Amino acid sequence: MKTSAKPAGVLVLLIAASCVPFIADGYWLSIAVTIVMYTALSTSWALFSGPTHLIALSTGAFYGVGGYLVATGMSDFGASFWTMAALAPLAALLLAGAIGVATLRLSGVYFVIFTLGLAEMIRNLVSWVQNNFLGSRGLYVLTELEERHIYWMLLAVTAAIFLFGWRLGRSRMGFALRILGNDEEVARHVGIDTARTKILLFMSTGFFAALVGAIVAPRYYYIEPNVVFSPELSFLVVIMALLGGTRHLWGPLLGVVPFTLLWETVSATFPNATTMMLGVAFLAIVYLIPDGITGLAAKLKPRRLS
Amino acid sequence: MDVLISGLLLGGAYALVAMGLNLQYGVARIMNLANGEVLVLGGLAAFWGFVSFGVSPIVSLLIVGPLAFIGSWVIYAFLLRPLVKRARNRGQLEVDTILATFGMSFFLVGLMVSLQAEYFTYSFLAVPVSVLGTTVAANRLVAALLAAAIGTALYLWLNRSRAGMAVRAVAVSPQSAGLVGINVARISALAFALGGTVTALGGSLISTFVTLDASAGVIFTMKALIIVIMGGVGDIRGSIVAALILGLVETAVATVVDPGLTLVAAYAIFLAVLLFRPQGLFGRRSA
Amino acid sequence: MYRRILACATAALALSFAVPGASNAQDPIKFGMVAHLSGPLAGGEAVTHLPNVQLWAEEVNAKGGLMVGGERRPIEVVQYDDKTNPAEHIKAVQRLATQDEVDFMIAPYGTGFNIAAAPIYAKHKYPMVAVTAITDEIHELTAKFPNMFFTLGSTTGFVEGATRTLEKLRSDGVIGNKVAMVNVADAFGIELADVAREKFASAGFEIVYDKSYPLGTPDLSPVVKGAKAAAPDAFVAWSYPPDTFALTEQAIIEDLDVKAFYTAVATAFPAYAGKFGGAIEGNLGAGGVNPETSAMKAYRKRHQDVTGKAPDFWASATYYSALQVLQQAIEGADTTDRAAVTEYIKNNAFDTVIGTIEFDAHNNSERYWSVGQWRNGKFVAVADTGMGDSVAPVAKKGWK
Repeated sequence: MKTSAKPAGVLVLLIAASCVPFIADGYWLSIAVTIVMYTALSTSWALFSGPTHLIALSTGAFYGVGGYLVATGMSDFGASFWTMAALAPLAALLLAGAIGVATLRLSGVYFVIFTLGLAEMIRNLVSWVQNNFLGSRGLYVLTELEERHIYWMLLAVTAAIFLFGWRLGRSRMGFALRILGNDEEVARHVGIDTARTKILLFMSTGFFAALVGAIVAPRYYYIEPNVVFSPELSFLVVIMALLGGTRHLWGPLLGVVPFTLLWETVSATFPNATTMMLGVAFLAIVYLIPDGITGLAAKLKPRRLS
Repeated sequence: MDVLISGLLLGGAYALVAMGLNLQYGVARIMNLANGEVLVLGGLAAFWGFVSFGVSPIVSLLIVGPLAFIGSWVIYAFLLRPLVKRARNRGQLEVDTILATFGMSFFLVGLMVSLQAEYFTYSFLAVPVSVLGTTVAANRLVAALLAAAIGTALYLWLNRSRAGMAVRAVAVSPQSAGLVGINVARISALAFALGGTVTALGGSLISTFVTLDASAGVIFTMKALIIVIMGGVGDIRGSIVAALILGLVETAVATVVDPGLTLVAAYAIFLAVLLFRPQGLFGRRSA
Repeated sequence: MYRRILACATAALALSFAVPGASNAQDPIKFGMVAHLSGPLAGGEAVTHLPNVQLWAEEVNAKGGLMVGGERRPIEVVQYDDKTNPAEHIKAVQRLATQDEVDFMIAPYGTGFNIAAAPIYAKHKYPMVAVTAITDEIHELTAKFPNMFFTLGSTTGFVEGATRTLEKLRSDGVIGNKVAMVNVADAFGIELADVAREKFASAGFEIVYDKSYPLGTPDLSPVVKGAKAAAPDAFVAWSYPPDTFALTEQAIIEDLDVKAFYTAVATAFPAYAGKFGGAIEGNLGAGGVNPETSAMKAYRKRHQDVTGKAPDFWASATYYSALQVLQQAIEGADTTDRAAVTEYIKNNAFDTVIGTIEFDAHNNSERYWSVGQWRNGKFVAVADTGMGDSVAPVAKKGWK
């Protein structure tokens, strides 16, 4: 699965993507924002969960930390958006590090639910702190940033994640990860510090999720903890990544794009039964595309990759 | 004393939320993310019966139970069994069932929204009862007593009956259970359907004291997952003990420390349990 | 229940196809709306917003539509579901503005959603007559989004209403100085409690119990027990719908015998009275209306007849009034040009079911009821800002 990097092609794609705000109207731009946001979240999620096979439901927690810190910093402490957008991911990085150390012993479903519970715990904790010590008059994120600025920032983050993932794939650590992904015992025997590797990757996931949460906050103007710490977001990120496939760096992207468009079609076509029809669509995906989109692509084009 | 009694009652309610999922996940290996929606559906049925026909929620249990059993059986046989069959390993099945039941939860929310978009709120047995000097709501007491009855019945059935033994065998190892002549598919369907029934009954009971709405399911799914994992997958005692611990901790923290920290404390206990016993309180170390 | 389902289904049909009978006559005027059909705010949306849109659309179309440019044009409501998710909300509003190209928009449910949608409304010059958006940042927001209007009051306004109600009860000798206060630890609850700490203290009240509880707490009995142990004269909860129901039920069970019992959102819902019956006589809560005006009486009757259910005693009427403002502004400006309609809203007074609505220099209507009290099956306003028709609050006499 060597990523045959074609830097020129990637660069062209990136430039094309950054032109979207000039040609798309408000609606398509908002879809584009959704797509880059989920691409960033799913790709960074897959960098950790792909090789380690640990399904983390903590995206919502870190995303929430990002959005929340920006909002409280600006509303309660008069900090600027840029300061907070820089601080929030660093806070998440530390938090992810601590969680990583604590969760090392967990495996499988225990890890899944641990991360899910964690998101709720953080939400409750920050609400309590807010209530008792900050006493906010509402969390407002009033900036001059427009949708296109948010789009470009998210695109830059996505590009950074891809670069990070690509570098990782070619580094010693990436090699270690592949061994770890195949067999953790073997990895340990050949002298790989599996714990350290996992924690570092988990930290990167937390960092990027909080960064995305911070960047997106100005889009909502008013932050409610129960909205930014959304368990649904955690699930959606996982679902899109799994749909695309986590074995390739670009796998999640292939999940995010069709998923977002499908979601959009369903909401526009069934305005009074959106939720129900989305459920049907999920079921159809599970039954019809069992191995995700990259799996499907691999089946159609055997031999090309490997 | 206040804390003990209120805590046990809350724990009883939590047991109702979690026992069904434990059967579904522990035996049938289905991590059912639509668990909370099934619970809310049970609540909706009780609400509907009470408001439209004046039927007591306790009486409607007799209708909700069988319906939930049949419905869950059908869901397992037609929607989940194919996933079990095609899965190459446990991990694959886990991923597939997460995706499929997530879809089902959306479907059920949509269904319930179209039936009743407003809050399901009604008053049933909202009268004070004195238990050992503590005032409690009669509806909570009834729910906790029925939870105890359901829990005991399940425990006895699992440990004393032939079918129960087969269920436990499948929970330990579906492969080996198949080798000794147990019809694993059938037992799994049975466990899944039974789990759905307990969950729906729990929903009917909980709706007498918690105001539900069509979208409230996700909260219960999360609570149920946490209790099942904390107690240890596949052991009904584990879920009950974990539910009681959560109930007691939440009530104690709300009374003694600060109600604002109840859920934080509950999650902290959960995280702490996993850190010291990564397989849950009653869990077996997985191979 | 069957009738309700039927009513819901008809409402849904009416909304999605919006009177096919009349539409062949003239080009319809399209109104866009993004509703929370599922998710945490769906319960409130279903009580306060959706039936009013249905009622209003049916009434306008029964007359043949809106009078614009010398002819009647029917209205059509294009509605999407955002599942109470702000990102989905933004996308759906964009879809309405640029794909469906609706002529006007109907404001969403909830403070956060109104503010999140405001920039898009502003960009496309849609007048936004917000109702269920309560904030203390009205001046900042309307300076930034000059097409945004507020009708339901500010956070401080609501707390001041509650404070005045308690002060009146105290000067009548009904209650003493001790207030037990609790709040839900989420955006609006935290905001209200924060303002209330200051207002109550400066009014000379002593807050003897002050705790928050998390959103989605399954058992509020420790909260009510704690409040009761503090022996308060008044109980105030800045609560959301599910906890409003739960706190009231626990208060009945614990027999929290206070002469003033206040819960916030959902106290005004018909379901609140439906659940508790006579036990809530004298309960205080956010909102209230003056049910005695002939306009209000007629509105409540039409609402019941058309939608099959009663409106709530707070934002329902105001939301319907906001639709009337939009309607009168379009007809008054005699155009579907949105900038002209916005100008018209700024400069004119509107005759609605809650009385006259007129916006100040900050696009804010300083006329709203802030506290209601249940009296004989009606939730009557006992405090207001600029309305001047609320009645004096009375003591609550037990839970029997």
